[in-house]
Amino acid sequence: MSLLTVQDLSVAIGLLPLLDRVSFSLERGEVLGLVGESGSGKSLTAMALMGLLPLIGGRITSGRVSFDGIDLTRLPEAEYRTLRGQRIALISQNPMTSLDPILTVGAQIDQASRIHAGLSPKAARARSLDLMRQLRIPEAAAVHGHYPHQLSGGMKQRIVIAMALAGDPDLIIADEPTTALDVTIQAQIIQILCDLVAERGLALLLITHDMGVVAQACHRVSVLYAGRGAETGPVRDIFARPRHPYTKALIGCIPQEGQAPGSLVGIPGMVPAALAYPKGCRYHPRCAIAAPDCRTDVPTGSIVDASGAVAFCHHPLEAGHV
Amino acid sequence: MSDTILRFDGVSRDFSSQKGFFGGKRTMRAVDSLTLDVPRGKVTGVVGESGCGKSTLARLALHLLKPTAGHVCFEGNDLAGLTPAALRRQRRHMQMVFQDPYSSINPRFTIRDAVMEPFQVHGVRHTRAEAKDKAARFLEMAGLDPQLAERYPQQLSGGQKQRVGIARALALEPDLIVLDEPTASLDVSIQAQIIALLADLKTRLGLTYLFISHDLGLVRYFCDRIVVMYLGAAVEILPSTDAPHRHPYTRTLMDSAFLPDPERRKTVTAMTGEIPSAFERPPGCAFAPRCSLASSRCYAEKPVLLTTERHPVACHHPLD
Repeated sequence: MSLLTVQDLSVAIGLLPLLDRVSFSLERGEVLGLVGESGSGKSLTAMALMGLLPLIGGRITSGRVSFDGIDLTRLPEAEYRTLRGQRIALISQNPMTSLDPILTVGAQIDQASRIHAGLSPKAARARSLDLMRQLRIPEAAAVHGHYPHQLSGGMKQRIVIAMALAGDPDLIIADEPTTALDVTIQAQIIQILCDLVAERGLALLLITHDMGVVAQACHRVSVLYAGRGAETGPVRDIFARPRHPYTKALIGCIPQEGQAPGSLVGIPGMVPAALAYPKGCRYHPRCAIAAPDCRTDVPTGSIVDASGAVAFCHHPLEAGHV
Repeated sequence: MSDTILRFDGVSRDFSSQKGFFGGKRTMRAVDSLTLDVPRGKVTGVVGESGCGKSTLARLALHLLKPTAGHVCFEGNDLAGLTPAALRRQRRHMQMVFQDPYSSINPRFTIRDAVMEPFQVHGVRHTRAEAKDKAARFLEMAGLDPQLAERYPQQLSGGQKQRVGIARALALEPDLIVLDEPTASLDVSIQAQIIALLADLKTRLGLTYLFISHDLGLVRYFCDRIVVMYLGAAVEILPSTDAPHRHPYTRTLMDSAFLPDPERRKTVTAMTGEIPSAFERPPGCAFAPRCSLASSRCYAEKPVLLTTERHPVACHHPLD
């Protein structure tokens, strides 16, 4: 059984439905990429998994989220509290805002160990230093006493990762963990996360809009568009044979080595606002191969090849389709 | 007309800050004796990590910042030697598109006012009807529906706002546009749209771009030549996008850029450390502490970039 199974998850904020029947699953030791443009519902999915929807006035309207056999949709807040940090940890996009500016970074990692693992102050400090060394933070003992403003963005993100690891979680949800960082630092952080998955058997849900990061780090990928699943499957298969036109277009937005001038065109138009979702397939106004049924009928997911890849498209691309 | 539209000649720029409340002043060099020609009609890319001085370079190009040393010459005129009125006349020919379309457009201006603002600044008067026509023309050039002219910036998406920024830069019909990370805050799909638009405008209007970015993949796709900066200095100038890189730092940047291809995953070499502080610049090569090829010479002697060479590289041990 998968560690995390999300089945037909729908989420609304107030009366406005935002996520519509999103499904994916995640095993231990696996990295699943959740990709899409801004407004596709990636971060909302993370909020739903962390049980944080009430903070933004949202709720799960239907569907099932099962984590290690626990039904998260019906979990009382008191029990969710013991889950957060100890079993599921969140790494947010901006390390600058997820750290407390008036506490030393060491104190913040210590605090996470003390709350989630019940360690004494001394044991917590030793554990923090150990985690910091594992994350290749140089001069860990000195950095332990620094304040966030004294550290670079990459170093701050490592501190946030150390805090996430302090409770020894089974699942880490990383919401655009490298978007605010330079490429060389991004490469290091992604490498660290992948190593953690391999060494500790963690499950990692990696939320990103960058298909380069997905290709580098993930085993499987789930593409979201405007609050609905577009395509999901093993990374190698999806990149070799994208079946959903949106997946193909999204991959095509990143310039390849030796790409001919003028061949990078992007995706015309933009993600519709939640109040103006079109009927039928929500991607059809931007899709080059949209047919009449795309404008009226919502596509249901169908398995498109032996790898188990699922595409939500009435007219999935054939292999070799241009 | 010379082939060089903009020339940096040994340009340095220092910033100083107070160290603590009672501390003395300390100085950091954001750009360090940079010599660079920007050829007319081409796209010159400047790439590097945060803190490498690329945004300072953009501001020096338009004389929004004065150089501490050296000269910035536009069409052969040293910008520092111009009277304010003459500088303003020059600036009609050089415009800038900023990184953040959310903060570079006045939220209390309509889109039309934002696009027409450069004319006001330069004392060009229009009747209401003329202004309407002109704004519509530049919005259309930037791929926007002219009907958006009545709207306010907060009613537009990030990509649309960046198009407004481009329309505004086009308004005075400049020769040179400095693009300071114009797509960094946009989604990849919109980034590709904007790059396609910029490429199209360049061909149609014969523009010259100085394109600043941290994304080497994008720079390699879009630019004719690439300047790689590290800690305020140009370390390599790639004469074409398919030229093999010779500086170990350029190789590090290349290795860090993930490709959208799971069959070609990068092996991330554990490059230790980060960019050193510009307040404490190492005496030799600034990249030496992070470089796997560094020798004792690299720590002692600063390598020089010979801009007269076809493929200049500032390294004691360049790659072949």
